[in-house]
Amino acid sequence: MLEIRNLHASVGGKQIINGLTLRVKAGEVAAVMGPNGSGKSTLSYVISGRAGYEVTDGEVLLNGENILELSPDLRAARGLFLAFQYPLEIPGVATMTFLKAAMNAQRKARGEAELSTPEFMKRVRAASDKLGVRQEMLRRPLNVGFSGGEKKRMEVLQMALLEPKFGILDETDSGLDIDALRVVSEGVNALRSPERGFLVITHYQRLLDHIKPDTVHVLSKGRIVKTGGPELALELEQNGYRDYVAEEAA
Amino acid sequence: MAAVQETVDKVKSIDVGEYKYGFVTDIESEKAPRGLNEDIVRFISAKKSEPEWMTEWRLDAYRRWLAMEEPKWARVHYPSIDYQDLYYYSAPKNMPALDSLDQVDPELLRTYEKLGIPLREQEILAGVKPSSRVAVDAVFDSVSVATTFKAELAKAGVIFCPISEALRDHPELVRKYLGTVVPATDNYFATLNSAVFSDGSFVYVPPGVRCPMELSTYFRINEQNTGQFERTLIIADKGSYVSYLEGCTAPKRDENQLHAAVVELVAMDDAEIKYSTVQNWYPGDSEGRGGIYNFVTKRGDCRGARSKISWTQVETGSAITWKYPSCILRGESSRGEFYSIAISNGMQQVDSGTKMIHLGENTSSRVISKGISAGRSQNTYRGQISAHRRARGARNFTNCDSLLIGDKCGAHTVPYIESRNASAVFEHEATTSKISDDQLFYCMQRGLSAEEATALIVNGFVRDVLQQLPMEFAVEAQKLIAISLEGSVG
Repeated sequence: MLEIRNLHASVGGKQIINGLTLRVKAGEVAAVMGPNGSGKSTLSYVISGRAGYEVTDGEVLLNGENILELSPDLRAARGLFLAFQYPLEIPGVATMTFLKAAMNAQRKARGEAELSTPEFMKRVRAASDKLGVRQEMLRRPLNVGFSGGEKKRMEVLQMALLEPKFGILDETDSGLDIDALRVVSEGVNALRSPERGFLVITHYQRLLDHIKPDTVHVLSKGRIVKTGGPELALELEQNGYRDYVAEEAA
Repeated sequence: MAAVQETVDKVKSIDVGEYKYGFVTDIESEKAPRGLNEDIVRFISAKKSEPEWMTEWRLDAYRRWLAMEEPKWARVHYPSIDYQDLYYYSAPKNMPALDSLDQVDPELLRTYEKLGIPLREQEILAGVKPSSRVAVDAVFDSVSVATTFKAELAKAGVIFCPISEALRDHPELVRKYLGTVVPATDNYFATLNSAVFSDGSFVYVPPGVRCPMELSTYFRINEQNTGQFERTLIIADKGSYVSYLEGCTAPKRDENQLHAAVVELVAMDDAEIKYSTVQNWYPGDSEGRGGIYNFVTKRGDCRGARSKISWTQVETGSAITWKYPSCILRGESSRGEFYSIAISNGMQQVDSGTKMIHLGENTSSRVISKGISAGRSQNTYRGQISAHRRARGARNFTNCDSLLIGDKCGAHTVPYIESRNASAVFEHEATTSKISDDQLFYCMQRGLSAEEATALIVNGFVRDVLQQLPMEFAVEAQKLIAISLEGSVG
């Protein structure tokens, strides 16, 4: 599904990702954990193609296709979705308008017909009901004046509507209280399927209580330094990242 | 969102830097000799078979103009204009009085067809639902070529015709109102217009009448080295209502062309005028060669109590725009509104805004201005809000937002606020922002291309103003916005 091979990437001339290799199979939820500054967010941006993040070596394959040469919108059309740590506000653009533009842009890029308005409304209503997103919120400009929890819920709503093949969650738990965390996690869990892979990037174990990973990878200084099962996350929660950071430094 | 999608498709379907309306119509025209003097003024007046008072009015303006100086205070730069090198009158040849559209030169009709302006009534009737029918007056260079729906409007008592015709058929009305809002001596360009204007639209809505359809004028400059000086006069008598829209295009030329129009609006007691402009004159090429100098004076007079005048403009064209649609709030409790979207790209220069002159008690005004600068353009909002000492309880709210795209353009806001009485309440808000790389990336991650994302963000930015436009034109304006921003994202 997603395969990262010997990835090297820099931002503003500074090397952040140093030979990162990682494989996530279809149906798998892989957690990437790491201390601050280990390159977690950079990894999500490099995979999704943000400008200014320069890949100096390596490959990122999505279903066997190297996506590094594609612009972000084409990667999205191939089925890649990134739930942002800090979702952006788009003043004056109703959330509903944005959702429809995004869905149809992707459909068009894949050579599919645009959604009719009734069909679109049906899908939005179904998905928003599940996530407890009020219709009134969909008429407001996207993310403008939304609380932290509402913004994250909106990210999950977008993911549900865009039905990506592969989802990356970048510190989705940051800024969420426990109730919001539960709602958002349930939304993500509902999207788990044997065909879909996830990369869950987080600093804390607590998100993984709600979204149970199949594999856990420790990121330090731009590389995966340890891979294990869910128990690895618990171990990190108890001992912190000290061991891995020290190991690298030694 | 279909409109955004359409916008993007449209943008993609045209070449970069291509001005869609840049074609020239090959049609024979009759011109006055180059240059300007009293004989030319008399020639124009004679061509229009005008009454003598009108000829004198023009000559008087011309003599005043000779003693005036071109204004230099705007934040625009251009080489000096040789006024003797221009043609002041150009008309398509063979223009006898027309009874129906069938008699209009087919080449002209084709031109308007290319511009997407449905002149033929039956097309309008066939294609569109009755509520969105629009009566059109088409002005080609110096003359009006066709006005649609005249009969139906006449039934309601509404006069909608070329101003040259109004001077013949309703001279008393024209004489009563012409120059009472923008005096012949108002400013350099308005005075020039008063001397040489050749056509434009005239509207009179009688007391208590709600004009049954949108009125619209399309202006087209075709001839080379020809100035266009149109004059529009709209009178809404007591308790009446009218909504009017103007659109403008011109061929691509390497030289600059001068356009100096005057628009006067008069609203009597309880009357309302809504005036919308979609201005898309040729903006010049990416190096700043050619394009229209758009030096226009537009002013509305809320003469009656509780009258209302609302200006809405979408400005995307012209090499230079110098334009301040204003309201004189004379009537007690009258209201003025100004909603503006001004977009500049390439080497365009815009200096535009409004004046709200509060003279009467409890008058109110609202100004919403959205400036968008891209390329190497400069975009200035210049606005004046003033309250006379008798304008007790005057209120104004102004909001000026500027959006920058790229790092080679400029946005400037120059508000003048004067209050001569203590009870006036004026509010002014201004913001400047930039489309951030973060916003663009966020939209692109959801599947929108860079152009689609920019169009979406810009449309969001201008939404308050777009909502003020009549529906069918809002869609057109939305498309235009995307087209004029083409190539602004790297």
